[in-house]
This record gives sequence, structure tokens and C-alpha cells, in this order.
Amino acid sequence: MSTLTASPIPEKLTKKDLTADHPTWCPGCGDFAVLASFYKMLERRQLPHENIVTLAGIGCSSRFPYFVNTHGGHFIHGRAVPLASGVSLARPDLHVFLFGGDGDAFSIGGNHLEHGARKNINLTYVIMDNSVYGLTKKQTSPTSPVGFKSKTDPNGAVDQPVNPMKKLITAGATFVARSHATQVNHMIAMMERALDHPGFSVVEILSECVEFFPGAFDPGNPRKGGEFRQIEEKKRDGTPEDELRHDTTDELAAYKLASETSPGYFGVFYESDRPTKNALEDRWIRAVQAKTGQSTALDLLQKTFDRMK
Amino acid sequence: MTTTDPQNPHPSPSGTRADLRPEHIRDAVIRLAGNSQDGIQSAGAMLARLAGRSSQDVMTYMTIPSTISGGASIFQVRVGSGDVLSPGDAADFLVAFYQHSYEDNIGFLREGGVLLYDSDNVQPDTEDKRFVHVGIPITGLTVEALGGTAKDKGKNIFVLGLLAKIFDFDVEKLKRLLNEKFGGKDESVLSTALMAFQAGYAYPVSNVLSTRYKFEPSEDTGGRAQVTMDGNQAIAYGLIAAGVRYGAAYPITPWTTVMEILRAELPKYGGLFVQCEDEIGAVSMALGFSYSGNLAITGSSGPGISLKTEAIGWATMAEMPLIIVNVQRGGPSTGLPTNVEQSDLNQAIFGGHGDSPRVVLAPSNVEDCFYIAIEAARIARNYSTPVFILSDASLATRIQAFDEPDLANLVVEFRPNLTPREPGFQPYPLESLTQHAPPGTRMLGGIYPTVTGLEHDEMGHPTGNPRLHTAMTAKRRKKLQKLASEIPTPEVFGDEEGEALIVGWGSTYGPIHEAVKTARAAGESLSSLHLRHLNPLPNGLEKIFARFRRIIVVEMNDQGLYGYGQLATILRARYCDPKISSLNKTNGLTFRVKEILEGVLK
Repeated sequence: MSTLTASPIPEKLTKKDLTADHPTWCPGCGDFAVLASFYKMLERRQLPHENIVTLAGIGCSSRFPYFVNTHGGHFIHGRAVPLASGVSLARPDLHVFLFGGDGDAFSIGGNHLEHGARKNINLTYVIMDNSVYGLTKKQTSPTSPVGFKSKTDPNGAVDQPVNPMKKLITAGATFVARSHATQVNHMIAMMERALDHPGFSVVEILSECVEFFPGAFDPGNPRKGGEFRQIEEKKRDGTPEDELRHDTTDELAAYKLASETSPGYFGVFYESDRPTKNALEDRWIRAVQAKTGQSTALDLLQKTFDRMK
Repeated sequence: MTTTDPQNPHPSPSGTRADLRPEHIRDAVIRLAGNSQDGIQSAGAMLARLAGRSSQDVMTYMTIPSTISGGASIFQVRVGSGDVLSPGDAADFLVAFYQHSYEDNIGFLREGGVLLYDSDNVQPDTEDKRFVHVGIPITGLTVEALGGTAKDKGKNIFVLGLLAKIFDFDVEKLKRLLNEKFGGKDESVLSTALMAFQAGYAYPVSNVLSTRYKFEPSEDTGGRAQVTMDGNQAIAYGLIAAGVRYGAAYPITPWTTVMEILRAELPKYGGLFVQCEDEIGAVSMALGFSYSGNLAITGSSGPGISLKTEAIGWATMAEMPLIIVNVQRGGPSTGLPTNVEQSDLNQAIFGGHGDSPRVVLAPSNVEDCFYIAIEAARIARNYSTPVFILSDASLATRIQAFDEPDLANLVVEFRPNLTPREPGFQPYPLESLTQHAPPGTRMLGGIYPTVTGLEHDEMGHPTGNPRLHTAMTAKRRKKLQKLASEIPTPEVFGDEEGEALIVGWGSTYGPIHEAVKTARAAGESLSSLHLRHLNPLPNGLEKIFARFRRIIVVEMNDQGLYGYGQLATILRARYCDPKISSLNKTNGLTFRVKEILEGVLK
């Protein structure tokens, strides 16, 4: 794989540098806060500007790359995980951020999500879940609750919704977190931990669609009378109260925690240090190349052709 | 079999007894017929490689059933001392392992040909005096030679020994091939193979077959060594030569061996090939590789290409370079997984929604698979466009020997171009070709580019502006028109003008050329033109067409609702020339020379 050194950046990377087109989202959309948190996180981390990549599929939230002034790509519906995986595997120097909604992640792209997680590709995926199809104006989404009335379920949705945390944990994602678009500091903290995690890191953010599913996430919003229940992670301080705290490396405990539905818990459900596909493939490439020495492409191919004579 | 002129016999090798003096031949078609688990492919492939190493021209043809194990299977090797253009219309030598092998293939043996059959399993009609019947208890002798545990595995190698004796093949070279094939495994595997070979070679075949044969030495090939490989190998190594280092795919017959080779080979070159969860994931990952600055390859066969279609449209819209290999098989749907057809041309050129121009190339033979892969990579990079390579099932498994490519002048190393871009950089300039700035590139003007599948302005930002959609649609079309002006007009084979011109594309090159040669030798006016570039077409074809009274497009697909095959329809639309007609074939098998001659010489 190519190893490329980042050129030093002279100035501080600011929100102004990172701002591109004005978002086309509806006024009041939860995604504005996700975008603001992303800017904040990037300002805090000061990554080389040219090494940040913002990718997305299709949907309201997937317009994200147009609103961020970094290298970016707007792909087709549901397939952004393998696109981002290609970028990540070929270019270890880059920070690959992927944005999308619940339709992209859990419906049309469900299989890709499973396999990106299983392969443990090194990237950060922020899923803005509004539990409705907004771009096409109110159809049922894979996370719409049973009974939700939409244009495709006028009598109320009947299909059991996807439980994103459970899906991600069982698929093998190595960092699984959940946040709420009304909690900016929490979002920044989750994104930052996702960025630091080597592997397939996912943050699901409940992001209200004020147009087609208003109030969907009020139960998790204290300002609307709800409760923002944060996961208390184990501090490993030996105290008796620590016994009750959540062990983020315990897959079963994470799965159990994910069983608490609306509004559920927020924070890190699960993390694992399982090696990434990036690292495993790189190890293989190095081992193979160690055997062939410093051979040029011409030498290698010539040897192969000599065997076919 | 073509024997040499009896008036001018070659000197016989010294020291051979007169009754064993071999008959000199220039060309032989040997068909092995058995079941798919008998290893006749590997025996046939070894014959082909031996011929290639002996500077003989060689071509193979095989059919394998799509069942997992078992089912009738054939492997045909044609070895010649001159140009071998087709696998042969009729066999000179048929090896039948089973009764069904005999019954299904005896019609393919030419009159006077030799039927060599396993007398343990086959009861031929010995009253049929058209053929020379040679019965040998192949199964029994193999079991005897190898001991009971081996059962009848090794029959293929036993037969290889027999053929080596009959055709006076170079035994040392063959043993070296056996060593290469089985040497890496358990030692007993190699010794078993050598025992089976020896048993076949030592069999007193002269008791049952009075003639032995020897291939004439080939004409001087100009000093270049020959390499022997199949079409899928040639594509894979062509891509490697072109500096393609990344790819992703999903297994499907007959594409799979390309990805198997690339998965194993690319790490040596510092690259990576990924087996994805499905076809869509594969094309998407390949586009991710390409976006990262590393031109990538994905590939499949019919059903898989259908699944990739949406993402290929994105590659056109986003102007992302990508190589898509389609090893065509019979369609539609699952169709004929192990048979050949050229019915994906329309899909390659037009597949997908919207006006979606892309480049389509088709290799003519195994050698061309190598060179066309290099050309595809060059075009994809220069024009920042998806490029299809349309191979097919017959090329995938056809083994041919060809002059070793001049690798020193062909191999390129390629790195993403991450030099900082000046202020004002545009990913989609209207007045020039797109050349993307891959991620990791510093943008000195502070503005970073977006690649997108939405219609966009020159910076890659979405727009529904009517003027821009017209202008951008034209931009994507014009680059292919520019490419067309750089493609050389293909040369006519045969006379430059005359009665009839065959137009072909892809793997039919060999049989079409042989048909033209045969017809011309018989005094007919017949020429041919072979297209490697199908979209865009080369310029200047209309001038060639004008010099012939009839144009017949020969292709392995259906004549369609209106009587014309897929390329014929495109040529008729392009040139509005009523002289253009079609000769089609849809039985899942390659064209025989005879079929072409009968079809075009009316």
C-alpha cells in the first residue's frame, strides 16, 4: 500500500476553512447540529486539511459532503460503505468519514454495513437516524416504529424496526456508539472517540426530521420533557459502584443495553481491539514483499512470464 | 491432420526402425472427452503448454458442465506448425473415456481419424470403417500401475503418456511440466503422476496403432520466446503490467480465475484485491480505490455486471476511471454459465439509465487479452472514464501460445498524483478533460473538490441548471469522440475491396480469419475486418464498407427482433448502410470455420 507523508499545514484549520455550501436541509433539521459538531471536532483535532475525506450515499443527511470543504464524494444509495472501504484500504494516510441516514445504513445498504463491520475497515461512520424517509417526503424507514403513519403505511407501520445497536454489535463493528442531535458536546465526544478508534467505528445519532417525523426523539431530549440517559462506563477503580457500570468490551452486556428501546441509552455500547482488515492485509502484503525482496514490478512480472514459457 | 508433401519428405530421425518411422504432420486436433472430474483439462493444458514450449502454435477449447462434480466435459487441443487460428472444426484424434463420451463426440471425428477409447468403459461400433479404432484398457492399466488406492485417478496422466508416445512429444519437457504442476504438493502426488505417465508411455501402443506422428518443427518465430496461458491469465497480467494495483470483485463463472490471480499476485506489487460481499459492494469498493488515486479493476460475468450497472453509471457521471472486465457467458439471467456468447455488447455500451457514455473494448484472442488490458488502463486514466473489457467464456479457458511481450517497454509503475493543485482547480472543467485531484492532495486555493453522481457544476457542486446539464452531458460525450479520433482504423484482412467483407469482434477473430484464408485459397472474394474498439468505434469504417458489395457481421448473439445482431444493429444505425447484414449463432458454442463459410458465401 502507498505510504504518503502529509505535508505540514501552515495555519490553523478553522470552521471557516471547513465550510462549503449552505446546507439545503429544512430549518430546524437535527442534521445542522451534527454538521456543527463535526466542524467543532475537526477544529479541535487539527487534522491535515487535505487528508480529511467526507463521503456519503443518498438521502437528506447524505448531502453532507457538499457542506464540508474537504475532499469529498457523493455516491449512490446504500453503497457508500464499500466506496469508503476502498479509500481506506488503499490510503492509510487519510481520515475517512462517512455520513448517511437510516435508509442508507439499515435498508438498501444493510448488507454492506454488515460486511464493512465484519471486515473491520478503518473508518468512521456517522449515521443520522431520523426514522423516516425525508428526501422522498415521508415514507416508512427501517427504523420507523410500529404504528408510524407514513405515505407508504397510511394505517401505520407493521414491520418490526431495525435495532441499530444490536445490528452493529452482532455484525462485528468494533466501536458502536449512540448520540442525540440535541446534545452537541456528547456528539463531539462520541465522534472524537470514533475517530481515535482503529477500525469500523459507528456513531448513530438520533436526528429529528421536523418536517415528516416531528417529536420522534423527544423522549431522549430533556428540553422536551424526556431523559438523556447516558451510559456510565466502567472506571475500573475497584469501587462497589463500578460493578454496576457498563463494560464496553462486554458484547453481551452491550447487546442487553441495546434492548432498552425508546429513548434507550446514549454513549459507547461496545468497543473491541480486533485487528482491522487494513492491518491484516498490510501484514500479508509486507510478508509477501519480504519474500520477493526489493524486486521491481518488471522483475516480478518477468519471473512469472518465465514460468509460462 | 495435415501431412507434409510426400514428394518432399523430411529426413527421418536417425536410428529409428523403418516401420516406426513417424508420419510428419503440421497440424492436429486432439479432443479428450470424459467427465469433469477426470482431470482432462489439466492433461490437455499440459499438452498445450508443451506445444507452446516447443514453439508450436497451439489453441485449446473446452466445455465444462456447470455442475459441481461430474457431467460430460471435453478439452480440445489443436497444435500446429503454422498459425493456429481456431480450435478446429473436426478432430483428428478422439480420446473417449466413457460410452457417452464416445457417443457424443464421434460425430466430431473426421473420416480417417483415430478413436482411442478406454476399452474398460467404451464399446464402439467397430463396424464403422470410417475411423481407426484403438481400444486400450485405460482404467484397468491405470489402477494396475498406481495400485488399488488410487482408483482410476491418474487416467488423464496415463493418457498423456500414451499421447506422448503416439505423437513423439518431448518426454523430458513433459516430465518437467508434471514436476511444475505436482511438485509443490505432497511428494507422493508427483511420484503417482510420474508412474501414471510412465505406464502410459510404456504401453506397447504400436501393437494397436500402426502409425506414429511427429510435428514438423515450427517456422522461426523471430527469436522471441513463446509464453503459454489462457485468456483470463492474460487479462490479469496485462492489468498488472499496466500498473493496476487495486481491485475488488465477487466470484462468478467464467470470470473467477481473473480475481483469483489478482488476489494472489497484487500483494507482491504492493497492491490489494478484495473479495466483496456482493457485486455491488465490489464495484463500489473498486470506485473507492480509483477515487483514492489508484485506477482499479472490477469484473464479473453477465449477472454480476447487471448488478454493477448503477455504480458504473456513477463512474460515468463522476468521471471516475475504472476498468470493468466482463467475461461473457450465455444469457439472459443465469443462462448458460459455462458456455460462450457475445450477447452483452448492448449492455456494455448502453447498460444503465441516462445518457451514459463509456468505453468498450474487446480482445480478439488470448494474446490480445494482455494488450487490451494495458490499453484499457491507459484510456481509463487519460480520459478519466469507465472502460469495459468484453472477453468471453471461450477466451477465458482457451490456452494459446504467443510471442513473449516486451515487458521492459510495457510495464508501468503508477502512483497517485498528489502534487498540490493551483488555485482555481476544477474537477469538472467544461473545456478540458477531467483529471481528478485524489484525496491527500493539497488545494492551494483552499477549495476542496467533490466527486458526485448528481449533475454538477465545474466544481462538483449539484445543479439542476438546464444549460449546465446540456453542457456536462456533451462534455461526457465529447471525450469519447476525442478518443475515437485517436483510435487507428483497423486493417482489412484479405483484399481491400471485393464481394464480401466479414465484420467481427472479440473471440471470433480466429475462426473468421481461418474462414477468409480458406475461402481465398479456393478463389473466393472474401475479406474481414475485426473491431477491438466497439465504443467509440474507430473513424473511417464507412470508407472500408464502401469498397465491398456485402458486409456480413458475424457474432455469437441473436438476430434480434429486426434480423440483426447487436453489433450489426449498431453499425446499421451508425452508417445507415443497407448492405450490412448479420450472421448469428446462439447455441453456446464457438463458431466453426465451416459455419462461417456456409453463412457468408451464398
